[in-house]
Amino acid sequence: MGPRIGVYVCHCGVNIAATVDVEEVTRFAQGLPSVAMARDYTYMCSDPGQALIKEDIKEFGLTKVVVASCSPMMHEPTFRGTIQEAGLNPYCLEMANIREQCSWVHEEEEEATRKAIQLVAAAVDKAFLLEPLEERRVAVTSAALVIGGGIAGMQAALDIANAGFQVYLVEKEPRLGGHLAQLDKTFPTLEPVAPLLAEEIREVEGHPNIDLLTSAEVIGLEGYIGNFKVNVTDQATIRDLKVGTIVVATGYDIFDARLKPEYGYGIYEKVITGLQFERLVSLSGSRKFWVNEKEPQDVLFIQCVGSRDKSVGHEYCSRICCMYTAKQALLVKEMLPQARVTVLYMDVRAYGKGFEEFYDQVRGEGVLYRRGNPSEIYKNGKRLIVRVEDTLLGEPVQLEADLVVLATGITPRRDSPKIANLLKLPRSPDGFFMEAHPKLRPVDTVTEGIYLAGCCQGPKDIPDTVAQAKAAAASAMIPLCQGQVKVEAVTSIIDEELCSGCGICAEMCVYDALSLHERKGVMTINEVLCKGCGACAAACPSKAIKLSHFTPAQILAQVDALV
Amino acid sequence: MEVQDLAQAYRLFECIQCGRCTGGCPMSLKTRFNIRRLIYEALVDEDMDLQSKEVLWDCSTCGTCTLRCPKGLDPTDIVIGMRSILVDGGRIPPTIRDALKSLAIRGNPLTMAREERSDWAEGLGVREISEGAKVLYFVGCSPSYDPRVQKVAKALVQTFKKADVEFGILGNEEVCCGSEARRMGETGLFEMLRELNLETLEPYPVELMVTTSPHCYDAFQNEYQGLDFKVQHYTQFVAGLIDEGKLPLSKEVKRVVTYQDPCFLGKQNKIFEEPRKILESIPGLELRELDRSRERSLCCEGGGGRMWAEGTNPEERLAHTRVQEAMDLGAEVLATACPFCLLTLEDAAKTVAGEGGIQVMDIMELVVEAL
Repeated sequence: MGPRIGVYVCHCGVNIAATVDVEEVTRFAQGLPSVAMARDYTYMCSDPGQALIKEDIKEFGLTKVVVASCSPMMHEPTFRGTIQEAGLNPYCLEMANIREQCSWVHEEEEEATRKAIQLVAAAVDKAFLLEPLEERRVAVTSAALVIGGGIAGMQAALDIANAGFQVYLVEKEPRLGGHLAQLDKTFPTLEPVAPLLAEEIREVEGHPNIDLLTSAEVIGLEGYIGNFKVNVTDQATIRDLKVGTIVVATGYDIFDARLKPEYGYGIYEKVITGLQFERLVSLSGSRKFWVNEKEPQDVLFIQCVGSRDKSVGHEYCSRICCMYTAKQALLVKEMLPQARVTVLYMDVRAYGKGFEEFYDQVRGEGVLYRRGNPSEIYKNGKRLIVRVEDTLLGEPVQLEADLVVLATGITPRRDSPKIANLLKLPRSPDGFFMEAHPKLRPVDTVTEGIYLAGCCQGPKDIPDTVAQAKAAAASAMIPLCQGQVKVEAVTSIIDEELCSGCGICAEMCVYDALSLHERKGVMTINEVLCKGCGACAAACPSKAIKLSHFTPAQILAQVDALV
Repeated sequence: MEVQDLAQAYRLFECIQCGRCTGGCPMSLKTRFNIRRLIYEALVDEDMDLQSKEVLWDCSTCGTCTLRCPKGLDPTDIVIGMRSILVDGGRIPPTIRDALKSLAIRGNPLTMAREERSDWAEGLGVREISEGAKVLYFVGCSPSYDPRVQKVAKALVQTFKKADVEFGILGNEEVCCGSEARRMGETGLFEMLRELNLETLEPYPVELMVTTSPHCYDAFQNEYQGLDFKVQHYTQFVAGLIDEGKLPLSKEVKRVVTYQDPCFLGKQNKIFEEPRKILESIPGLELRELDRSRERSLCCEGGGGRMWAEGTNPEERLAHTRVQEAMDLGAEVLATACPFCLLTLEDAAKTVAGEGGIQVMDIMELVVEAL
């Protein structure tokens, strides 16, 4: 008995039905020799729509299903699930895209209907040749790697370790803490950082499930979700670690203020960065501080140094500077009540929990906010002169200062191209590592099993960093909890009779899935690494590689139906 | 173009009114010229009356605003756009009108005769480029006609000869590069001068053009498209000669010198090192840096048509400030590498320091002292 195919034509409300005569398409499908049943319905993806398919599979003994609706990007997983629930192999589904490729791009009903009919005919002919594929599963190494020992990495490591899994925490520097260790107090609560951080470090260092590798760097990575092999070196030795998942928490660099030469950073010692200010007040025990053994009388803060600035290639907002500047301005006011403290800004972004209230408090304490971003700093005798237009007065002014603090922003780490290359992580145009989806997969990467936490993905403050670290830890634990992961069923298949072992396919493969079998002299495929992209099949000069689910016979059948 | 077209043409909607343009503007130190505000007015007021904005002629097109803008806008070009509306309407200061008229008729803004352009070179044995040299010395208008700046052109010729550089000039075929015409808002005239120069240059197998003025350099480098030869400001070329050991600077010049970065050389084209390299190569010369130098240098007010328009506060001059700063530094010579800087600063030095006070010199004049 040949295949018994069911065809389901979706109206997608009016999205398809307004342009394509769905009933005519259904009548046409019904007339095809191998089609046992054809129906149309308002929304095939809806529960009743899916129920229709499931009932038909059972009642008419369907062996293959064609759904003519939207792009497979949208609902292929849905309908694969549908037919699987009715007892069919999920790969016995073929979709005809009569929405994006037909109703949405054509206006004339007769032509659109004719095209929809052709697309359905092609899908039916391919469905005729579809073969069931096996979805395999591989075991997961029950351990995780966390790269980076700042607050993000430490939090992710602690969460995974507390859930009972082994964690390797790799930190480049000799000590844990990252940039957080350089800060004095947090905003907006003015909580001292030192005890907070000490507690976190103590927990990490004392955790039985955390293997801490400081002064160490990841230098090699191979494998795939569930089974990564990682090379870590501390310069003296190389360790090979086996882990199931990886959290990347490599952090950020501070913007180099010398790239804005107009501010004279590096020339004038009284022009300092926000981070240097933290050290200044931290050393003074937060009681009082001095610049050249004098209490500064005029302290100016400049916002947006290296952020929101196309001239230095950083278009983005660094998100932390408005509030850390507010905090620092308040600290000056508390330590030196007589000092005149001015913040020069272009917009104040107080978007977080308690931020606007804090901004109000800081102004209430007598910190002057003056609108206008300074354009240059120079000297008049011994005093610094900050030139700025007060844009609310519409007048350029020259302000004298004893100390100028630059609110330097966050930039991608200088070594992030290297890390990106090592872990095969794409970067967004701003240079930070790119998440798999900005809304729905904010901590995932396109490489399965690798997750992002903290500022390596984009600027964020401590609460957001910790929240993201916890999210990344939770995501990294899913495969560890499951103990096994699904691998792609659509993979390349090598015909060893035809393969000459030339290796062209291996050069094409971005997943490193192909290698030469030393003894046989032919190429072999790692089916776990193979993502079924088909690049090798197209490149093979001996036509020895075939991609399952997209075999030459299946594709030619589609082409024949179309032309 | 009309006022209403400015927003689209210059992407004014993208301006965030941060004030960095005006805060860095040298003219805002002394006049009411406020480009940030002009941008805002052009956005919100369709009936903006440009005619009443006398301050528009204050701008020296030094480019600081463009350099500082965090949003990639070009406020300098916006000023030029506003001026072009006034030029189109014929509503411009008479001195600007005369300079433009002279440019159109005589190929220079100085109302000098075309056929006298190369008179400065008489008796110097300078060949014309038509005789086949690969290096073209593009002299420029002020160095051709202004007696003070002619000395710089002559110093360059002397230096070229010392280093055995085979070079030629365009002679009376040379016309203005057009840089100032464009900056005074006469875009059409700039294009005409560009065409003229390109036509003149076409037959000659030039490989390198060297200019006296950073303004000419900037025009050829950034505003002439499709040149098939390299363009250098003389500071780049001479620094190269020194590097290659072709220019022996043997005589001591025992002077304390400071250097004014011309805006069109430094801020606009990032040529900071070469002029300093030349000065440091002169034996005995002590170079002291001004506090406001390089990217933070202070404009002399000579560009953007300002040689032909006084601006709204002529009593106060930034060149005076600059000369004073140089004197406070203990400098005997304020050196520069631009004809406009040379003229404005020297004028200021006469007022501030008087005869026998600080000297204003072009770098080339110091070089020939060392030959």
